[in-house]
Amino acid sequence: MVIFGTMLLRKPKAPKGGYQHTRDIDDIPSAEGDVLVEERPATTVERPESALGRMARLRGRLSKSNNVFGKGLLALLSRERIDQDVWDEIEDTLLMADLGTDASLELVENLQKRVRVEGTQDPAHVKAMLREELLQLVDPAMDRTINSVGAPGKPAVVLVVGVNGVGKTTTVGKLARVLVAEDKDVLLGAADTFRAAAADQLETWGARVGVATVRSEHEGADPASVAFDAVQAGIDQESDVVLIDTAGRLQNKAGLMDQLGKIKRVVTKAAEVDEVLLVIDATTGQNGMTQAKVFAEAVNITGIVLTKLDGTAKGGIVVAIQRALGVPVKLIGLGEGPDDLAPFDAEQFVDALLD
Amino acid sequence: MFNSLSDRLTATFKNLRGKGRLSEADVDATVREIRRALLEADVAVPVVREFTASIKERALGSEVSEALNPGQQVVKIVNEELQTVLGGETRRVNLAKSGPTVIMLAGLQGAGKTTLAGKLGKWLTDQGHKPVLVASDLQRPNAVTQLQVVGQRAGVPVFAPEPGATSEFDDPTGDPVAVARDGVAHARAKLYDVVIVDTAGRLGIDEALMRQARDIRNAVNPHEVLFVIDAMVGQDAVNTAKAFDEGVDFTGVVLSKLDGDARGGAALSVRSVTGKPIMFASTGEGVNDFEQFHPDRMASRILDMGDVLTLIEQAEKQWDKTEAERMAKKFTDQEDFTFEDFLVQMQQLRKMGSMKKMLSMMPGAAGMREQLENFDEREIDRVEAIVRSMTPHERVAPKIINGSRRARIARGSGVSVSEVNQLMERFSQAQKMMKRLAQGKGVPGMPGGIPGMGGGAGGGGKKGKAKKKGSRSGNPAKRAQENAAIASGQKPAATGSAFGAQSQQPDPESLNLPKGFEKFLGK
Repeated sequence: MVIFGTMLLRKPKAPKGGYQHTRDIDDIPSAEGDVLVEERPATTVERPESALGRMARLRGRLSKSNNVFGKGLLALLSRERIDQDVWDEIEDTLLMADLGTDASLELVENLQKRVRVEGTQDPAHVKAMLREELLQLVDPAMDRTINSVGAPGKPAVVLVVGVNGVGKTTTVGKLARVLVAEDKDVLLGAADTFRAAAADQLETWGARVGVATVRSEHEGADPASVAFDAVQAGIDQESDVVLIDTAGRLQNKAGLMDQLGKIKRVVTKAAEVDEVLLVIDATTGQNGMTQAKVFAEAVNITGIVLTKLDGTAKGGIVVAIQRALGVPVKLIGLGEGPDDLAPFDAEQFVDALLD
Repeated sequence: MFNSLSDRLTATFKNLRGKGRLSEADVDATVREIRRALLEADVAVPVVREFTASIKERALGSEVSEALNPGQQVVKIVNEELQTVLGGETRRVNLAKSGPTVIMLAGLQGAGKTTLAGKLGKWLTDQGHKPVLVASDLQRPNAVTQLQVVGQRAGVPVFAPEPGATSEFDDPTGDPVAVARDGVAHARAKLYDVVIVDTAGRLGIDEALMRQARDIRNAVNPHEVLFVIDAMVGQDAVNTAKAFDEGVDFTGVVLSKLDGDARGGAALSVRSVTGKPIMFASTGEGVNDFEQFHPDRMASRILDMGDVLTLIEQAEKQWDKTEAERMAKKFTDQEDFTFEDFLVQMQQLRKMGSMKKMLSMMPGAAGMREQLENFDEREIDRVEAIVRSMTPHERVAPKIINGSRRARIARGSGVSVSEVNQLMERFSQAQKMMKRLAQGKGVPGMPGGIPGMGGGAGGGGKKGKAKKKGSRSGNPAKRAQENAAIASGQKPAATGSAFGAQSQQPDPESLNLPKGFEKFLGK
């Protein structure tokens, strides 16, 4: 076996022909798109909460989930003198938010440099600087809108992907509500044909806001064909957006990742995929980076949804992901309620961290 | 970019070569790298702090000053410490002396409790027990349905008197505590000897649900409360574990989704914070993907040191015994290795899963990480296509493949002639290698490093060597495994030591491949 391994690996040069990426130039999402949540008009079936109310709650929840972090930092920075121990502890605190070693180190170094240059020991000033640095890491200038306008005559296709148990189906359901609230004509595609009762779950979400779900008759159907049917139905019914839920897959399962690539390829035959959202659980640690990298390679993710942010987890890994891959966090899930999905706001995220 | 601890330590110790002894500064440098490795494996910060402090203390003590290979010595200490922390002895499930044993599952949402219930049921059934699953998760939509499907897949009966929530908008009906209590009564009446209670997933900070879990615990008085935690979880593992420890006072931990590539530092965090043993690991979506927890393997995984044992186990599970015997016979008879054999071997390899992952599990894989990164899984398909485009005669007698045949093969498999040439070239090298092995000679150039494979100067990795020296077990099966370990241990020898810290003379034993090798083929 060793020899076969050697044989396969032992090449005079890198594998010929290169890697057939599923990535196409035209897969890059167009820059324009509707702003996800601005004003929220009332809906026919149900009346989702207004954006303002959501933001207030988001703030409350975020600060609840982050208060240890924020208070810890503040206490540290309020000391009289800032010595190496304090810096180490600041770094530890950032690490504890799952920010990752690289991002934490960089942040502390930048901050240290600035403190030295400006010669300040004033905690309030340092706090302001920390906020700036954090904000810079999160980068508020990124486009965080969900691309919900498809090519002319075609619906916008949104593919939702992620590892097992992060809340993909729930996210699709909640996103459908958001879009319905924006007066979009939405169609759901239940391409999670693996998990027991996933399609039922999605259907319930849809039925609640009067949205139809395209699903397969039997369990274990080819997810690509279900996704294609959904998009085709979306074209026929002249829907505005087709949301496709996929089965959870661990990123190191090559076969399943290929399957995901296939889903995207097959869907592209009917309509371009406008948005690929990677759902990441806020409790995920450094493995989130690997997840993002592999999913980006397979289906070129265009946005991240950070779920379960209502616990004690801080979800700092998304900062690292954004920094490494340039894929913005677009939405955050803050609870189990149907309207607990909110647009990501960099400033508020950081403020909540520091409050 | 350095990817693994081994990579970074290689760099750290590059300047240490020949020094022989560690100064305090050296220890500091190592400990810094270890701290980083642990943090990147998602070990919680306070745990890392404590852990590195004790490592530093031990490393500065007498143990290291006598060491010949300081870098490896430190890593060895770390590895040992990790294993100790992760749990010395294996803990078995506490079974009730009379009446049904009650096992309760608790954990965060999406940790994999329901799936685990099925796996645990299957595992217990295989052990000769008669388990029943109780659906006490009435909170999550369709959790009851899912448990029923899981139970069906695992062939374990499910006790589900309440339908539970069927959508996010239903108010959960029914009393999970009553369901759990009835479940135990049901098991007693129907003579099931193990009851597995699946509870609703909850956030550590959700008081109401935590109280519910505690109520269930009080009602059924479980013999084991298993806390299920995702191997991917980050720094939050500490908070979650603490909350659940206070909430339901669990007795054991199950690490789920260990088939992913997360390094699973959470295991260390949970273990150090709560002191509760990690009992099981869940390693896939199938009902059989469930195993007892191996602290030693987890230690190397957290440190990113390669996992040979898992590799061997996987190989043993999948390797076709008769085919292996045929190969071994062929091997000892010094018959020529043909493309037919190659094809069979390749298919066997593929059954074991991702080639990339397998190769990366070998210690010393660090040295060829770049090659691994560049290695395209589909390369195997391409090679297979080339071989399949040959006629049976060509496969048996590759010598007859001339220019025009090559052109035909290339056309048939959709590759260029030069790719066919490359394969032929590599194949004839492999053939030669096999021949030499069969004759009891070493592999030419093996210890010196395979061209283009990088790695430091020759010399076996510590790991491989330690095993070689170990006594052989009298138990044939165990012995085969040991030998297998040796055989695969040859790989790092080929690619340079994992740490590149030492430049030792090639061990004569490492040249003597055949003994281990033929065993590895299953003889």
